[in-house]
Amino acid sequence: MEPDLAAGPVIEFRDVAYALPNGQRLLSELNLQVQRGETLVLLGRSGSGKTTTLKLVNRLLTPSGGEVRVNGAPSAEGDVIRLRRSIGYVIQDVGLFPHYDVERNIGLVPRIEGWPAERIHRRVEELLQMVGLEAHLASRYPHQLSGGQRQRVGVARALAADPAILLMDEPFGALDAITRDQLQREFLLLQQRLGKTVVFVTHDLREALLLGSRVALMEAGKLVTVLSPKDFLRSTDPLAAAYVRALGGGLDSATNRGAS
Amino acid sequence: MNLFHFLWQNHEQVLELTLEHLWLVGISTLLAVLIGIPLGIVCAHWPVWNKPVLGTANIIQTIPSLALFGFLLPVPWLGDRADRLAILALTLYALLPVIRNTYTGIRGVDPAVVEAGRGMGLTDHQLLFQVELPLAVSVILSGVRVAVVVSVGLATIAAAIGAGGLGEFIFRGLAMVNNQLILAGAIPAAVLALSADFGLGWLEKRLRPR
Repeated sequence: MEPDLAAGPVIEFRDVAYALPNGQRLLSELNLQVQRGETLVLLGRSGSGKTTTLKLVNRLLTPSGGEVRVNGAPSAEGDVIRLRRSIGYVIQDVGLFPHYDVERNIGLVPRIEGWPAERIHRRVEELLQMVGLEAHLASRYPHQLSGGQRQRVGVARALAADPAILLMDEPFGALDAITRDQLQREFLLLQQRLGKTVVFVTHDLREALLLGSRVALMEAGKLVTVLSPKDFLRSTDPLAAAYVRALGGGLDSATNRGAS
Repeated sequence: MNLFHFLWQNHEQVLELTLEHLWLVGISTLLAVLIGIPLGIVCAHWPVWNKPVLGTANIIQTIPSLALFGFLLPVPWLGDRADRLAILALTLYALLPVIRNTYTGIRGVDPAVVEAGRGMGLTDHQLLFQVELPLAVSVILSGVRVAVVVSVGLATIAAAIGAGGLGEFIFRGLAMVNNQLILAGAIPAAVLALSADFGLGWLEKRLRPR
């Protein structure tokens, strides 16, 4: 289990920069703290640096400047494999292993961590129920599942070894509106129950406001502002206001078209 | 005397030469797999190696087989026995399809799957053996299949340097202008190639990830 350093932030970016080998800067001067049990949403357009930020947490990318601290320790110093296994990771394309059935997909990290088979089996059953999938799906292969089911399996897989931190990169972005809505609601309920520390990437303001305890707005590799959903709607920051306008504008024009 | 009559009368020799042929192809394919798959993995993971490795294998492929046998003859330990020489030459020819398909197979694995695996904390080793290779196996196998089919044909030429195999019949038949003798070598060789093609093709389909 993770050492309980409840006093400090769970994830902390200190002056973090990231540049590609060719020198192009994707991220600069990032200072951000993620507190235990909160859902921090990184909101921004594509290319704003939100996915880069996420990948710096589990060291899929290494910062070219500054320091990322996870559970109080600089993430660059520890064992990268241990670090990643203590962090759940969910991506938009899910990335289920096509040659494994659902049970093996979910149970992969427990298996390589050497859990006994019986315990893995129980854990898989528990997780399937947690993410709203029927137990008989355990023997299905990914190609036999719907998009929504696949992403549920993706979430279950990330939760398998009970990590304290969950990184989610537009997990519901590729789903149809109704399925997305359903999964968002279930995510909220799940999060109330589990109290994980979540970093959630999205470009959808509606999703950010619904799921986030705080919303970090990013643009062109920089953090613009961090606001609670309530404050975000009232923010005078021009970029935040532009997002709100785009959201409200979409609704208004749809309503107007319906009315006329 | 018709061909089947001939094959029947000389079935012991046909069998012996077929087994010799199988030995040449089997050992060289095994070596090509043992060398080619690791090289393909290296190419897939470190693109710097891509050009030199695939380039070399490509160039080897362009050397005419008789010339290659000839080049290798003076090599000390190798030249002592014709079958060693033939096996080395066949191995070299079989490398390209094995390396190339291993490379293609691994590069063809869905990047999202690799990213998810890495993000979950699989080590490079686990990622390779539990994700990349199992997903690339049918592509790799189709490379092996090509290598085997080509080797069966090429191995007939090995008889020219006295390495045995079904080429013996063919060369003897050529020398004696005896078509039956040529066919006695060519037909079993064709049957070998077709069976290998069919068997490995079947295996390839079985192992293809859905």
